[in-house]
Amino acid sequence: MSQPPLSDQAAALYASNPPREMPTRRGTELAMLGFAAFIVTCAFVLVQANQEQELSWAIVWYGLAYLGLFAVAHAAVRRWAAYADPLILPCVALLNGLGLVMIYRIDLANAEEATRSGENFAADAPKQVLFTALSLALFLAVLIVVKDHRTLTRYGYTAGLIGMVALALPAVLPSSLSEVNGAKVWVKLPGFSIQPAEFSKILLMIFFSSFLVAKRDLFMIAGKKVFGVELPRARDLGPLLIAAAVCLLVLVFEKDLGTSLLLFGIVLVMLYVATERAIWVLTGLSFFIVGCLIAYQLFTHVQQRVANWIDPLATYSDPGGGYQIAQGLFGLGTGGVGGTGLGAGRPEIVPESNTDFITAGLGEELGFVGLAAILVVYLLLATRGMRSALAVRDTFGKLLGCGLSFTIVMQVFVIVGGVTKLIPMTGITTPFLSYGGSSLLANYILVALLLRISDAARRPSQKPRPKQPQQQAPLAEAHTVMVQRPPAGGNATGEPTA
Amino acid sequence: MNKPMRRVGIAMLTMVVLLLANITYIQVVKADDYRTDSRNRRVLLEEYSRQRGSIVSQFDGQVLADVTATDDKLKFERRYTNGPMYAPVTGYYSVRYGSAGMERAEDDILNGSDPRLFVRRLSDMVTGRDPRGGSVQLTINPAVQSAVYNLMTQKGYTGAAVAMNPKTGEILAMVSTPSYDPNALASHDSTTQQEAWTRFTDDPAEPMVNRAISETYPPGSTFKLLVAAAELENGATATTPVSNAPNVKLPGTNVTLENYGGESCPGTTFKDALAYSCNVPFATFAGQLGADKLRATAANFGIGTPLSIPLAVAPSALGDLDSQGALYQSGIGQRDVRLTPLQDLMLSATIANGGMAMKPQLIKSLLGADLSETLQTFSPEKLTGTPALSKENAAVLTDMMIASEANTKGGGKRGDIQIASKTGTAEHGTDPKATPPHAWYTAFAPAADPQIAVAVIVESGGNRGLAATGGTVAAEIGRAAINAQLGGG
Repeated sequence: MSQPPLSDQAAALYASNPPREMPTRRGTELAMLGFAAFIVTCAFVLVQANQEQELSWAIVWYGLAYLGLFAVAHAAVRRWAAYADPLILPCVALLNGLGLVMIYRIDLANAEEATRSGENFAADAPKQVLFTALSLALFLAVLIVVKDHRTLTRYGYTAGLIGMVALALPAVLPSSLSEVNGAKVWVKLPGFSIQPAEFSKILLMIFFSSFLVAKRDLFMIAGKKVFGVELPRARDLGPLLIAAAVCLLVLVFEKDLGTSLLLFGIVLVMLYVATERAIWVLTGLSFFIVGCLIAYQLFTHVQQRVANWIDPLATYSDPGGGYQIAQGLFGLGTGGVGGTGLGAGRPEIVPESNTDFITAGLGEELGFVGLAAILVVYLLLATRGMRSALAVRDTFGKLLGCGLSFTIVMQVFVIVGGVTKLIPMTGITTPFLSYGGSSLLANYILVALLLRISDAARRPSQKPRPKQPQQQAPLAEAHTVMVQRPPAGGNATGEPTA
Repeated sequence: MNKPMRRVGIAMLTMVVLLLANITYIQVVKADDYRTDSRNRRVLLEEYSRQRGSIVSQFDGQVLADVTATDDKLKFERRYTNGPMYAPVTGYYSVRYGSAGMERAEDDILNGSDPRLFVRRLSDMVTGRDPRGGSVQLTINPAVQSAVYNLMTQKGYTGAAVAMNPKTGEILAMVSTPSYDPNALASHDSTTQQEAWTRFTDDPAEPMVNRAISETYPPGSTFKLLVAAAELENGATATTPVSNAPNVKLPGTNVTLENYGGESCPGTTFKDALAYSCNVPFATFAGQLGADKLRATAANFGIGTPLSIPLAVAPSALGDLDSQGALYQSGIGQRDVRLTPLQDLMLSATIANGGMAMKPQLIKSLLGADLSETLQTFSPEKLTGTPALSKENAAVLTDMMIASEANTKGGGKRGDIQIASKTGTAEHGTDPKATPPHAWYTAFAPAADPQIAVAVIVESGGNRGLAATGGTVAAEIGRAAINAQLGGG
């Protein structure tokens, strides 16, 4: 979108009476954040009231911590991503807040159970607040360090390498350092432990985006034509295939089916968007189905998951059977349309009720209505991200934004689908809702990147400077101009038509 | 690139719509199935936190079980007044271990889910009160229950005692010792609950067994009432002569069956035989009557009829009766004859009621939550409808039982109350001669107009060991029940 050259007069006019700029909409964001805070506060009060506890100081502390954290986040967005989409941060704040309320509420139930049986009990909610604070610090760091998302293309291969190493790390490490509850997806360090796969997914998305943008044209034209479809050359596709295969092998080895499914979906979508060929999706899906069949034959834990999916009530009392899913379904059924009311249900009956099955608890206490609203908030968040991706001018930004947005919905689909028996249960985190540091940190990085892209999408073009008298060198003396490397698909020459 | 991105956007929308459709199916269509699944603990917990109805006595509305408000999540804790004393009746009600006894039998009323409480529930909903369960009014007379329980525990007896109004079948007392405290199981403290459960179930004395209705014992000589009834119905009279031989050889064997202590019977009439509890005449009677007649009379006393009061009663039985020898031994309540104490009670109660067995019943009526509204009242019911013996023969047998009481030792006798009774001393175990016998006593009073019938068993001789007899051990307890019912005590 090159500006037509302006005359001196026009430049003067522009300076005295500039055209209307795109509003930053930061005020909207603040209002929406206030709205989210209001909902979360009401939720807290409800929990306290239904648990027949006095309105304790806890609520004030949690409330203040929540308000403080998101005030900082808002200020940061104002300062470093002023044109970012005004709905993304409030959606995140609402989801994060509701998750916090639910974790706090399950803490209350578990604490009561623990005092009854005389066991020690460590509450999760304060830790989640701490994780939220850390996440927002990281969020801030990303906003500050990544001033322009296009700079990320420079680190595409680095990100891919680190992402793959991080992904593979738990598989290589001895179980004592990497296994929790049978899932070998952790790296346990003294003091804390992280799930590197959560971060890998973002690093790999950066890699895929930069790689695909760089090779995009080659994919589309350079290969042989088979059945009317141009296949890319193996050497162009190689790194991508290797990356995808390594991811999947590692995940099969780590028994982390959820992340495997998630990454596969992301790769497929990004490939499709970059090449605009539906055949990729079809090929990918056929590979996926074959892979599933092989995995089903090879791994008993996959067979178990499928059996639990087909009828969790039949495998109810088997070890590793459908007990958890069945309890989740009982909770959802008990909640019904309107829910039992926050704090009045029994979400703690479901194992892992504050992590994998937090949506079952929310569905029980908020009912179909509440759970549907939460899903719609996710959809809103993802579509705002997608809208930014559509509007941004560079292909890298588009591809990354699209991948990040899709990731949000894909995560929700995999976990909520698993909890509600739509697909086999694979166990990943529910973004922003479920308890856990790695997931929260990674998803806040994701949101920071989305905000950065959306800021780029909505930020008005540089104001035209008054035309400077140009020193035009004689053509013969002009040196050859090094065209800027196209980190973002030749942005310098304008947007290729999509 | 925008076109595929828009399509991805539509795919995202589709995924969320799929999730929404699925949760609609789960939370709207299938919700009831999941909600009411028996494995869904939420429903149970919901019931546990409802204000459960009370269990009260028909006598002065004495409360046997009610609730106290707690500040924990279950809101109300079950409380039993005199828990161990009434445990065989009330049972227990525990979050962890479920329920038993009346708590289980009338759970629907007590937890408020019974349809008869529907109107009340509806009005509770409108007025915003938390729904409450209905109450159960029992036929139990606390005076009788406590007299019997206190005496039995004071003596350290293991056994059971049941008393009822022979005319209506209303159970006035049902005691089983040793007992357990259901309060411990109803505690909301799971450690207390668990410890109590382990203590009760590990106890070799089996305090949680309701011996009055869940256990069967050889009835010993008390069974002679049944044989006597059958004999009278088949033409004998009080003066029918009987053998006074000290023993009799069981037909087809070399085994002899002797009177208690190997003595000769002091009399030679049927009446004497019952009054002195001579074994030889009754063994012979049973042999002469044959299995069919014996079974017919037994059936009219209720043996073989499945019974629920509404607590389930273990079935009593006569055994195979497949030979003369078996008949002889069964005639004195040994061999394979097994009765519950409640069934033993029905022997004397049926005689007291002129030969007609009444259906034993523990519930007087079912009440609304505030005890003012009556949902259902139980009226006396005949057990089989066929009399076990005629009124005239019942009077004859009563006379014989009065004579038996006159020969019975033990404490608690009062001059002003005429009791008709029969004792029993039942051998059991693998080495019957060396095992202390079960002491039995079954009786009713006043003989002329029976108000209460009672049966008592003290397992394995109580505190008298091998020398125990029904008279020396069990009679005192039966008389305590009678005295408590008829005043004074």
